[in-house]
Amino acid sequence: MEHIVIIGNGISGVTTARHIRKLSDKKITIVSAETDYFFSRTALMYIYMGHMKFEHTQPYENWFWKKNRIELKKGYVKTVETKSKTLHFANGDALQYDKLVIATGSKPNKFGWPGQDLNGVMGMYHKQDLDNLEEHAPNNKVCKRAVIVGGGLIGIELAEMLNSRSIPVTFLVREDSFWNGVLPSGESQMINRHIKNHHIDLRLSTNLKEIKADENGKVKSVIIEETGEEIECNVVGLTAGVSPNIDFIKDSEIETGRGVKVNRFLETNIEDVYAIGDCAEQHEAIGNRRPIEAVWYTGRMMGETLAQTICGNRIEYKPGHWFNSAKFMDIEYQTYGWVFSERSKQDYEQHFHWKHEDDTKCITIAYNKDTNKFLGINTFGIRMRHDVFDKWLTEERDVDYVINNLPKANFDPEFYSHYEADILSAYNNTLQTA
Amino acid sequence: MSNKLNHSMSLAKPDALNITTKQKIALIIGITGLFILTLALLNTSFPNKGLFLSLSLGLISIGTIVYSREAYLTKLEGIKNDGQWLKSISSRGLWGWILGIILTGFYIVLYFFEQLLGLGQGVDGANTGLISLFDPLSQLLSGRPASQWFVYGTLYTIAILAFGYKFILKYRHNKYQQLRTVSVMFFQLGFAFLIPEFMYRMNSSLPYYDLKNMWPLNYYNFEQYRVDSFINNGNIGMALLIFGVLSIFVISPFLTYKYGKRWYCSWVCGCGGLAETAGDSFRHLSSKKMSAWKLERWLIHTVLVFSVVMTTAVIYTYLGYDPDKYWLTREVFLISIGVFLTIVFAVIMIFKRQELGKDAKFGAIGYFVVIALLIAMHFTGTTDQVFFVKAGALKSAYGFYIGSIFSGVIGTGFYPILGNRAWCRFGCPMAGILGFQQRMFSKFRITTNGGQCISCGNCSNSCEMGIDVRHYAQKGENIVRSSCVGCGICSAVCPRGVLKLENDSMKGRINPTEVLLGNDVDLMELVNQK
Repeated sequence: MEHIVIIGNGISGVTTARHIRKLSDKKITIVSAETDYFFSRTALMYIYMGHMKFEHTQPYENWFWKKNRIELKKGYVKTVETKSKTLHFANGDALQYDKLVIATGSKPNKFGWPGQDLNGVMGMYHKQDLDNLEEHAPNNKVCKRAVIVGGGLIGIELAEMLNSRSIPVTFLVREDSFWNGVLPSGESQMINRHIKNHHIDLRLSTNLKEIKADENGKVKSVIIEETGEEIECNVVGLTAGVSPNIDFIKDSEIETGRGVKVNRFLETNIEDVYAIGDCAEQHEAIGNRRPIEAVWYTGRMMGETLAQTICGNRIEYKPGHWFNSAKFMDIEYQTYGWVFSERSKQDYEQHFHWKHEDDTKCITIAYNKDTNKFLGINTFGIRMRHDVFDKWLTEERDVDYVINNLPKANFDPEFYSHYEADILSAYNNTLQTA
Repeated sequence: MSNKLNHSMSLAKPDALNITTKQKIALIIGITGLFILTLALLNTSFPNKGLFLSLSLGLISIGTIVYSREAYLTKLEGIKNDGQWLKSISSRGLWGWILGIILTGFYIVLYFFEQLLGLGQGVDGANTGLISLFDPLSQLLSGRPASQWFVYGTLYTIAILAFGYKFILKYRHNKYQQLRTVSVMFFQLGFAFLIPEFMYRMNSSLPYYDLKNMWPLNYYNFEQYRVDSFINNGNIGMALLIFGVLSIFVISPFLTYKYGKRWYCSWVCGCGGLAETAGDSFRHLSSKKMSAWKLERWLIHTVLVFSVVMTTAVIYTYLGYDPDKYWLTREVFLISIGVFLTIVFAVIMIFKRQELGKDAKFGAIGYFVVIALLIAMHFTGTTDQVFFVKAGALKSAYGFYIGSIFSGVIGTGFYPILGNRAWCRFGCPMAGILGFQQRMFSKFRITTNGGQCISCGNCSNSCEMGIDVRHYAQKGENIVRSSCVGCGICSAVCPRGVLKLENDSMKGRINPTEVLLGNDVDLMELVNQK
């Protein structure tokens, strides 16, 4: 019986395993050094905030794996020997595979800051990071202030986590507005204000120079690059993005760039070795996507696709229309299709932006100014239907159609106030003045 | 795997989140109100009972209100679940167990030792103790002295109102939650508490009737003393009797078809009302295990069968007492019940066989058990016995085990241990019937938003009915479950806007998928073909 070994028990690896099991009777082993069972990484923050316990972040009960004959092995893979198809573990174990799936995800970026490996400095990615945070920041007596370095999705989540325990937070963001490499400025600035409303000390256009230690080798303070200011703190969160977690295969024959290089079939240069999820890097980006997509949904889709290939129905990874979502403190964000920030958008991309006066809801609709074709939407504080936008993108609707039919896409709970009429009249006004 | 320290059993540092000074003062105010009740319970004789009762209930309410305002209005609108698994009281810690034991003790005394509360213990059967403290209010409303049920009803109503206010503040960004809470507060105050008291004042021979409470939740509704007094009270009595029957066969199936069982369970029902307000802090404690779901399905349907058979037996026996009084004869009654159940069973098996899947077998077993019992009833029934035991004994057993122990002592007393809907989930026969209607014939569902789920588990965690909502959401599948009471909290806490409660057409309501939206369309079609 063919033995499929998957390194990594995140959403990509587990989705692959589940779908292989649906399609076949192959022997499946999932290897992980992080946890015994699959959990939802995106939910780690809720454990620290006390909304859930760790066991609640596990989508499947512990009996699920045995019932579905998916073997779980806990261990750290040190090297991969592709010739003999063997994995060597840190503790000396070895494991033979017939097909290997690399789904090891990411690790937090560190940019060589002095003091970045001190006690009390941490990323927020792995289960171990959460344990580390619980140790160094159990309450605001032990942790009098935390400094977060890097203004992205993980940074703002870490700020929300610490805020839930009334720990003062200084949030250093390199850009001049939060996440404005991705978000158009109207949205980005609204989030700036929302962060400050939560009494978080948001410092824009601010870089970290170094992290200083006390006599015990523990974080004492950080120094700001621009001003030389010293900020005393007990915890430093490094959240300046993530990169593929693939150090263990750097010495193997598997081709790597920033991530594990794969073709559209998610195959590496070595036969019977595949890579999916955050750690996979496409030779050429697909459409507007990045070559490395570190997103929950793409990991899952790659898993669904690769299971087909492994079970004999070789197919390309062909993702549909882009979508994503996040939550910035209290403001939910969804995106369908492509809306680029001012920094990265093309000449033809034009935006219609509407913001509610309460400053917690806004939308941005991107369209082609020459053809009026609808390109995508960002929505904040208003939920919208995935299937409706997916359909409109496929049908290549124009922006007028989308704005006039916006009520059909609303997904807010019943009895919520609706803003479509307001949005429509704002849209008509901008047309008249433009 | 290193696990986080569990603070919840530690007395020295019970909570990761401390409460503010204002909240401490609010707690003292509320506890003072409870202290007055405790003094009354210990037979302290207050000089001006009306004043002390108002003071006590007032302080409890003010304490709760001030505490909630400080908890929620000092922060921005949003989800307020910080620390719910860290606080001892809401995570089965020491305080949770203490509260559970106090509540359980209260229910045991209330149901079985009402004399300890002072019922009729004074001179000439006057009340003493706690119950006497409530005499002035009862006199004011209905002109009679209080009973233990009046005390319970008053405290119950205060709890729903005060904690309802807290809940409204907690979800002040969410209209659905606010409206629903105002609704349960209204039905509790008006229908369950005030109207029955006023009805007594107008016509004291009518039985206590909470109009929104329908059989089988009020399993006693068709007992002889009630039916007799309905019949003896002319038009108004007959109207109540007819309303009682219509609400079972017409009103509730229609509303459940249109809106799902939420119209009752989380908008109207008193048990639901308490669970959603005072019990809100314990909703996440319900078990989401598959084994709990299996237990639930056996238990709730067993209780349902029990209540149907018990009620039928009770009516069947008294129809025989006095054939001149009731136009319905015992045989006609028994046959019509059998025919009705057969029609329901046949319709389901013919039209909904596919949806039932493996459960069809259990449905059939349940049906045949009931029919066999009805036949046995026919052959063993005398004017007061069925199955060779007194029908009254059957009724008492139901009242004791289901009405008192299950719904009260376990259902509410165990809030801090089993979660706030243990009765609704495992025991309530009404929820069983409405749930069956919801699963088979309803426009209601929780829609999943394409492929947006990140499997975080907030929805499952906050489901008071123990539904593993995530199991469906992460597959892009709508949630159509008989137990869902439509509280809407899963939708509220979802960080990615994935869930929406809605009423839409029956078609496509149940949509199992293998591959989620956002993927290659060819792959989606290929995999979903099977």
